[in-house]
Amino acid sequence: MAEAGGDVLRLEGITRDFGAGEARTRVLRGVDLSLRRGEFAALMGPSGSGKSTLLHIMGLLDRPTGGRILLDGQDTGVLDDDGLTRYRGSTLGFVFQFHHLLPEFTALENVMIPMAAGKGRVEAPMRDAARALLDRVGLSARADARATTLSGGQAQRVAIARSLAMGPKIVLADEPTGNLDTQTADEVFALLREVNRDEQVTFLLVTHDRRLAERTDRIIELVDGRIVSDHTNPPR
Amino acid sequence: MRFEWFIAIRYLREGKAQTALVLGGTTVGVAVLIFLTALISGLQRSLVGQTLSAQAHVLVKAPERVARPLPGPDRPADHVEKVPDRIRSIEQWQRVLAVLPAIPGVVAATPTAAGAAFATRGPATKAVTLRGIEPESFSRVIDIVPRMRSGRFALEGAEAIIGSVLASDLGVVVGDKVRLATPEGRGDVFTIAGIFDLGNKEVNARWVFVPLRSAQTLLDVPGGVTTIEVKVAEIFDAERVAREISRRHGLAADSWMELNQQLLIGLRSQSASSWMIQGLVVLAVALGIASVLGVSVIQKSREIGILKATGTSTGMVQRIFLLEGALVGAAGSVLGAGVGSAMAIAFAGLARAPTGEPLFPVDLTPGLYLGAAAVAIVTGTLAAWFPASRAARLEPAEVIRYG
Ligand SMILES: Nc1ncnc2c1ncn2[C@@H]1O[C@H](COP(=O)(O)OP(=O)(O)O)[C@@H](O)[C@H]1O
Ligand SMILES: [Mg+2]
Repeated sequence: MAEAGGDVLRLEGITRDFGAGEARTRVLRGVDLSLRRGEFAALMGPSGSGKSTLLHIMGLLDRPTGGRILLDGQDTGVLDDDGLTRYRGSTLGFVFQFHHLLPEFTALENVMIPMAAGKGRVEAPMRDAARALLDRVGLSARADARATTLSGGQAQRVAIARSLAMGPKIVLADEPTGNLDTQTADEVFALLREVNRDEQVTFLLVTHDRRLAERTDRIIELVDGRIVSDHTNPPR
Repeated sequence: MRFEWFIAIRYLREGKAQTALVLGGTTVGVAVLIFLTALISGLQRSLVGQTLSAQAHVLVKAPERVARPLPGPDRPADHVEKVPDRIRSIEQWQRVLAVLPAIPGVVAATPTAAGAAFATRGPATKAVTLRGIEPESFSRVIDIVPRMRSGRFALEGAEAIIGSVLASDLGVVVGDKVRLATPEGRGDVFTIAGIFDLGNKEVNARWVFVPLRSAQTLLDVPGGVTTIEVKVAEIFDAERVAREISRRHGLAADSWMELNQQLLIGLRSQSASSWMIQGLVVLAVALGIASVLGVSVIQKSREIGILKATGTSTGMVQRIFLLEGALVGAAGSVLGAGVGSAMAIAFAGLARAPTGEPLFPVDLTPGLYLGAAAVAIVTGTLAAWFPASRAARLEPAEVIRYG
């Protein structure tokens, strides 16, 4: 923790239990982790090791059983439900493993939803902003297509555009390339990297793909709910 | 546009089959509400209208005179002697008549001197009720002018107006003469100025209108009147007006409601059963909306999780589903108003009286539509409450975990 001032996110002693009584199991067993501003990190680990659970807790979608989460130095444990929602909207972006677009809406509208939810209103300038984001991920041609008509790669690009809608400080991406073929996965990865470089957005992405992980700044490995290794990749 | 509206409208538009289902149910429910209410209120209005066609809303009479108990050894102090029936005049009736319109709700009032008499024409004699009136003010209390069969509703000198049944019983037409006499033997000859049909056989057979002054002479109540008949603005307000009159003037005042207890009980039980049916319909609609929305919340769990993960607050999620319920109620009330009105109008057209008036009149009023819309929207919103709260409580981490 040499430069605590540069930490955009800090986890301290995070535990998470699921179930009750006999069935109670500890999925996260005390995770300490800091992400620096502008960092592009990979989270690896076997299936069931708790990566998604950890991501949800970092993203304030789930509350830990124990430990503290500091976002930009602010302890999030003191926030109530609406406070968390607001923080989530303004600070964090998500890309889910199964891209999870809303099927009733077009690509453009999916990108607009975080903006509209944040303001409580749908406003005309949001359309332009959403269109610009779709342009950024190379999908402006499909802006008015139904979410359900997009290919896997296209849907993931829309999800990335949506995660950037509120100008987040951190984007948490859960296996964003997991369901894509190698070429599409490379393209999506390149896009994330580009956004990270251009906008100084911090990225944490879960991946099983060691080839991609080697191209990040840092690899964090989680096994059985504990961080077993955390090392910086040589700059390339 | 508000965010919640944007989402709710889209969900309704895209949830085609489900939306059609709840909308259909709500439409039928509102249609039944409109149809039943229009029918019952139309029917009741026509029943009351028939009853009141020949009856004033409030009848004011001299107070019931009670003989003063004479204390004595052979009489218990509470013994009351009924005064023999005799035609009694209202004291200072001109003064009462002049101030009656000051009572809120009173529209018009007219003095009447009434008593028993016989009508004779040649060999035919009929028992009748002699009613001395002032035609001009009388016609403002009872809407008789449009109901004249022949002649006119006006009385000058020794003229009389009789009912259609009496006219045929006596075999007379306008211009003929008829002799009217009291049981005490006072009598006079009158020329028939008009023949009415008030839609009531008893009234058409017995009522004979003569000028007030003539009746006062025949009935031996010089300068007096036996009743003041009052019309009120709102018929179901008659009871209150009657009580007010009797309180202010110490007179006996009976509303049409007191005089037609049976009818009123009938109307009340009819209304009660109609309310019950409508209550059950509203309940069925509410359950329908609640269950369909409940299913849609379960189907949309993951999307609700996504909405919450991307900045939609718990309150917003709840409002989205409440709004869906309210919108279904609003749309259903528009469609249901159309269907219900069409049903009511078709029904009214089914059967007509010989006069061309519908036998089953229906009352389609703006108030009815507004009321039905309010019921539908409130029902939709309340029915959505449970599914909406359920949606709001969903934990995003749980519902978006698995693809
Ligand atoms: N809501 C939950 N209830 C019970 N167990 C859960 C729940 N969520 C996750 N788990 C368990 O926690 C462990 C870690 O899951 P997860 O974080 O999804 O792992 P990963 O993403 O690394 O594959 C798994 O064994 C999973 O079954
Ligand atoms: Mg996972």
